Amino acid sequence: MMERLTGAERQIALMICVVMATVGLVMAAAGRGDPMGSHGAIVLIAAGITTFFVLRAIGEPEPAEDRTVNYYDDPTKAGLVIALFWAVVGMGMGVWVAAQLAWPDLRFDAAWSSFGRIRPVHTSGVIFGFGGNALIATSYHVMQRTSRARLAGHVSPWFVLLGFNLFCIVAASGYLMGVTQSKEYAEPEWYADIWLVIVWVVYFVLYIRTLARRNEPHIYVANWYYMAFILVVAILHIVNNLAVPASLTGAKSYSAFAGVQDAMTQWWYGHNAVAFFLTAGFLGMLYYFLPKRAERPIYSYRLSILSFWGIVFFYIWAGSHHLHYTALPQWVQTLGMTFSVMLLVPSWASAGNALMTLNGAWHKVRDDATLRFMMVAAVFYGLSTFEGSFMAVRAVNSLSHYTDWTVGHVHAGAMGWVALITFGSIYSVVPLLWKRETMYSWKLVEWHFWLALAGTVIYVFAMWNSGIIQGLMWRTYTDSGTLAYSFTDTLVAMHPYYVARACGGALFLTGAILAAYNVYMTIRHAPEKHPERDYPTSSEAAEPAVPAAE
Amino acid sequence: MFRKILSPFARLFEFHARTHYRTERHSMALTLGIIVAAGVGGFVEIAPLFTIDETVEAAPDMRLYTPLEQAGRDIYIREGCYACHSQMIRTLQDEVDRYGPYSLAVESQYDHPMLWGSKRTGPDLARLGNKYSDDWHVRHLVDPRAVVPESVMPQYAFLLERTLETESLPDRLAALRAVGVPYSDEQIANADADARGQARPGTDAADVVSERYGDATSVRHFDGQRDRVTEMDALVAYLQILGGLTDAAFANQPLGEE
Repeated sequence: MMERLTGAERQIALMICVVMATVGLVMAAAGRGDPMGSHGAIVLIAAGITTFFVLRAIGEPEPAEDRTVNYYDDPTKAGLVIALFWAVVGMGMGVWVAAQLAWPDLRFDAAWSSFGRIRPVHTSGVIFGFGGNALIATSYHVMQRTSRARLAGHVSPWFVLLGFNLFCIVAASGYLMGVTQSKEYAEPEWYADIWLVIVWVVYFVLYIRTLARRNEPHIYVANWYYMAFILVVAILHIVNNLAVPASLTGAKSYSAFAGVQDAMTQWWYGHNAVAFFLTAGFLGMLYYFLPKRAERPIYSYRLSILSFWGIVFFYIWAGSHHLHYTALPQWVQTLGMTFSVMLLVPSWASAGNALMTLNGAWHKVRDDATLRFMMVAAVFYGLSTFEGSFMAVRAVNSLSHYTDWTVGHVHAGAMGWVALITFGSIYSVVPLLWKRETMYSWKLVEWHFWLALAGTVIYVFAMWNSGIIQGLMWRTYTDSGTLAYSFTDTLVAMHPYYVARACGGALFLTGAILAAYNVYMTIRHAPEKHPERDYPTSSEAAEPAVPAAE
Repeated sequence: MFRKILSPFARLFEFHARTHYRTERHSMALTLGIIVAAGVGGFVEIAPLFTIDETVEAAPDMRLYTPLEQAGRDIYIREGCYACHSQMIRTLQDEVDRYGPYSLAVESQYDHPMLWGSKRTGPDLARLGNKYSDDWHVRHLVDPRAVVPESVMPQYAFLLERTLETESLPDRLAALRAVGVPYSDEQIANADADARGQARPGTDAADVVSERYGDATSVRHFDGQRDRVTEMDALVAYLQILGGLTDAAFANQPLGEE
């Protein structure tokens, strides 16, 4: 793939690799005896592998292609394959941690394999590894198509994609070694955080520069969401990860915030990681791939505007609903609750907009499992945002908080919404990118759909049951006014649901493995077909190029 | 009448849609719009927490974590204990009855980061200190199901084998001071020796720990091993101080009242 870079681009890529290798070497040397040293070695190896690929291409002749007539899809392709790899790893870890709660001895007594260390590998693996790579890859695809312009640059998309994956690897390996800040969904230590900021700035610049090349006066709605995702995640990440390292040669750092301020900052981050990573970005996916697959225009432009600004403005307030009845001042709790309830309006506007778009295409939903993935994703999006607003109400939260109900809610969103929309998008974009007629096997897509749906439903029902039962048991009093159940009584009651949950997760994982196999076979064996009209418009004399805006 | 009430909203929405129509043609306008719209909420909710004095109660008796306890806290974080144990008792009757007085903001004012948690796969630990003996903790950490048969907690027997790394403690305390924990120069300089002293009663190092961190400091063989200081010592020392940094919560809450 590096052969498609020009000589000058290959040199830049090589220079970046050398700089990275130097950084890795310095980290490895300075951090000897500390996990940071191992991370240095990982950086060094990653830089070495990339260097190998660049060097292999460096003597090749200059690429002959005319760049003005094609989109640049190599990083998108790589990103999708990597996303599927992370899906299997992350979900596999999920099934393992779930099984540990049902059968604690499945931990095999190693230090690295305890629930506390591998749980973040699961959460980061699916959120950042699977979700993040899918977002980056699809954003490259969508911004080029909706702008009808080629990516602005050829090294930077690779830098963002590979750099982000280096972050994911450093994060995941760090958790196994016990490197963590303990801030949920922001566990990686200071040097990984700094690296992600660099990657993210390049990502934003790439996005803005590609938009500046667009041959459309308007920026399409999917791009608003991708932009919100990039921008707000940057803000959240930088603020929540402010910390002072104990030493520059070690991984350990201490958060700049403490106690109640830290709690608020963490959940401002945590809830908006859900909002801007797991919602905004994936809504971008939904707004592009669903109408495209259904071959129907978006139902309402007005609703898109309402829901976009509603989500951007309301979501940010909602984080404090994670801290009901805690030592956080009540006025902040109330603000969080109020905005969480109001959030239902833009959320349902989005979900409704997506479902109404399918009017006139419902027969396609019946016949086409790929479109069905996206339809069910929109339904789950509507359901889990309703549940979220409901759980943010203080009285409900008193029961649901600290229990599996929260876990079930998160997974209704993560499996039912995020993963399904991603798989739907992958199935619709893979044949196009690899110039194939269709996916290798539509039956496997169909199997995947039902496995994923069954897995999600089993999972969510198990967690509703266990969460509500546990919440009720905690607050049950005997007639004499003492607590009726000990904590261990509730643990015993949880067991069957933990088994069911692990089974649901295993079904979902099986579906993801089928998807990976199906994509692999599509790349390898599906019959070829060149897509029509998939090129930047300005280059095509037959179609009038609209002059670029601004 | 309905129309009358709704018409200002309709006009606002109309204006908003039209503004947006113009905005979406300019990537930088969109960028600024997103930053401003997303910035407001965070600013309004977070910034005042640093400026309003009542946010964190005053507790003159608040003490600091000793180096050994801080090392234990770092192990607690390293092992991801916070994923299953909260340290935040909510203002609900059943929680107060089960765990003790509800948590106050001041109790975690030196916790960088806080460990309030979000899930109770295991019980809350905010007031765990002195509830069980050191020996109970060690045996429970070595084999949880030997002590609590229903437990699903992982075992942490390896902590008993691992010598506690104390050389980096002065650096760690210094970093904590940089973010606002009032450790003195003396406490930072001696953090290494103090950590080992706290787990070796009867030595000279042990006596100065109590001088530096107060008489209430527990100086014990936390893990039962006399010859060396292990990670188990540190973790148990930390677990035994949970809820014990200040008595403020007990002072302001007459028991049995919500």
